[in-house]
Amino acid sequence: MVAESLFFSAVLFAVGVIGVLTRRNAIIIFMCVELMLNAVNLSFIAFSRLYGFAGQVFVIFVMTVAAAEAAVGLAIIIAIFRHRQTVNMTAINLLKG
Amino acid sequence: MLALTRGIMPTGLAALAGLQAVPLPGSPAAAAPTFDLHLPWQLLGALGPDLLLVVGAIGLMVWAAWRPESAGHQRRVGELSLWLVVATAAAVLAYAARHLTAEPGVIAVDAFRWAADLIFLVATFATIALSMDYNAREGITSGESHVLVLFATSGMMLLAAARDLMLVFLGIELMSIAVYVLAGLNRRSARSAEAALKYFLLGAFSTGFLLYGIALLYGATGSTTLTEIGDRIHQYGLGAAPLITVGLALLLVGFAFKVAAAPFHMWAPDVYEGAPTPITGYMAAAVKAAAFAAFIRIWVEAFPEVVYHWHNAIWFLAVLTMFVGNIVALVQRNIKRLLAYSSIAQAGYVLVAVVSGTTLGASAFLFYLAAYTLATMGAFAVVVALGDRGETNLDIDEYAGLWTTQPWLALAMSVCMLALLGFPVFGGLGFLAKWYMIQAALQAQYLGQPTPQVMLAVMIVLTSVISAGYYLRLVTIMFMRPRHPDRTTAALAVRPGALTESVVVVSVVLLLALGLVPAYLVNWSARSVPAITQRPVYVLPSAGSGTP
Repeated sequence: MVAESLFFSAVLFAVGVIGVLTRRNAIIIFMCVELMLNAVNLSFIAFSRLYGFAGQVFVIFVMTVAAAEAAVGLAIIIAIFRHRQTVNMTAINLLKG
Repeated sequence: MLALTRGIMPTGLAALAGLQAVPLPGSPAAAAPTFDLHLPWQLLGALGPDLLLVVGAIGLMVWAAWRPESAGHQRRVGELSLWLVVATAAAVLAYAARHLTAEPGVIAVDAFRWAADLIFLVATFATIALSMDYNAREGITSGESHVLVLFATSGMMLLAAARDLMLVFLGIELMSIAVYVLAGLNRRSARSAEAALKYFLLGAFSTGFLLYGIALLYGATGSTTLTEIGDRIHQYGLGAAPLITVGLALLLVGFAFKVAAAPFHMWAPDVYEGAPTPITGYMAAAVKAAAFAAFIRIWVEAFPEVVYHWHNAIWFLAVLTMFVGNIVALVQRNIKRLLAYSSIAQAGYVLVAVVSGTTLGASAFLFYLAAYTLATMGAFAVVVALGDRGETNLDIDEYAGLWTTQPWLALAMSVCMLALLGFPVFGGLGFLAKWYMIQAALQAQYLGQPTPQVMLAVMIVLTSVISAGYYLRLVTIMFMRPRHPDRTTAALAVRPGALTESVVVVSVVLLLALGLVPAYLVNWSARSVPAITQRPVYVLPSAGSGTP
């Protein structure tokens, strides 16, 4: 059971990483990051079957932080949309050199 | 070698030599008060300065939001924030002076923590002071910006104290989330918003790696406390366990993103260019320092046994970062991008301290950070002083002829550049910092075995030569090139705000003064190593066998 969960978690994490690297929409990139964090949560839950409830406490911490991060992240995405009328990362290219 | 160095710098390295056998004069005596971190009140006591800052910042945040936004309110909130930083620094000094200690637990109470805290607080003070002038010029009226800097600093102080991977995660997030907002502080600027978005997406991405690394290390050892991880790896011989190797690799990627080490540095120039200048200085100095403080503590406390798995990785990371940062900086035209690549290169030098991984490495790390923080904040203070509204004059050609219009600013910028370069005397502390770092590389050891990192020392020197190409070019532009007739001199003739001026003056004077009289700072950094580096596994071998 633990091994299957860990494998599934690794697959989810990889899907998240590939999504971040290939997608160009800021919101979808952010969703992929959340997928990565939740994959990690699954690992923590799986390990907590071996080591007691500490892993589950970590999951609560991670979810709290992810919620705070989502609030800030979506606000930043709205800010950029107001300036550029797009959230496509290929179009957001004022800074380069 | 010690005999040689004792001649040059008597007190500090003699103290280091003293580490081998006897406790340092300043190290905690047996009778020093010890916190028992299992008791809630004692845990709160161990977090005293951090709590002072957090509670004060929450109060300030309420007050900042209470009144309508105005330039005057922004300034008042800034002033109170500065006082809060001073109070926190006083609390840190009071804790440090009492030589408190703690049983191994989730929070470290040691000199390393207080030393790192002081470096963060100095950078925070400079950032808030610069922001007050900068906000007034750019028409940013939100007083909350200063409070966000305080929140980020509390995250850094947690990072310096954390002895548990979960607290490291929380500290990094507390710091990063506040800095994401700070990068996008200028709501009128599309560049600022873009910097915030890029920083946020890549920061969150790297957090994912960091957290997965923590999960795997927890899975391998059943604990997230650094000392317990170290003990269990030792006890059960987990050094070669695949979960540990993969977990460490992920942790390393996460930290490499946070400190902007090549090849994970791509976000840094964009973010540094777009963010408001004082915040850029804050990111270059304090954020990087905090990530490094946690990095070095984790590596030294939890994984001394598995050095062979991470030694090569960090070695290549350090070399690559030094070369990429310095070489790409040569072609930069924008002063903030130039300083961004310079700070990437400096991260490479600091990684050498991580590779060296000894008490000497940890103290070289603190010494280097002190010099780097002063030089960076000084350089960004000059950029703030010379910037005009909307940040349109950041091309380095704008600095041509500065010597004729504002000679003192030109001199200050030169001192900071020479300090970052590591130039003797005129670069002040910068030269000694690099010298100390090279000493740490040459005296590196693992598990008591001397393994001098001669190649790394050579790389530091080689890449410093490359870095002269851009640091000295800026100096020559300021002093020797006449102003282009098409460019106005209006911005260069404006007298900077009083706070900006004081930041410039204080950092430059400190750089030069501490460069001339370094003994105090050397002693301070030699004493301020993580308590755990004095564990048996890190005790240096007796004299003779330890001399390469």
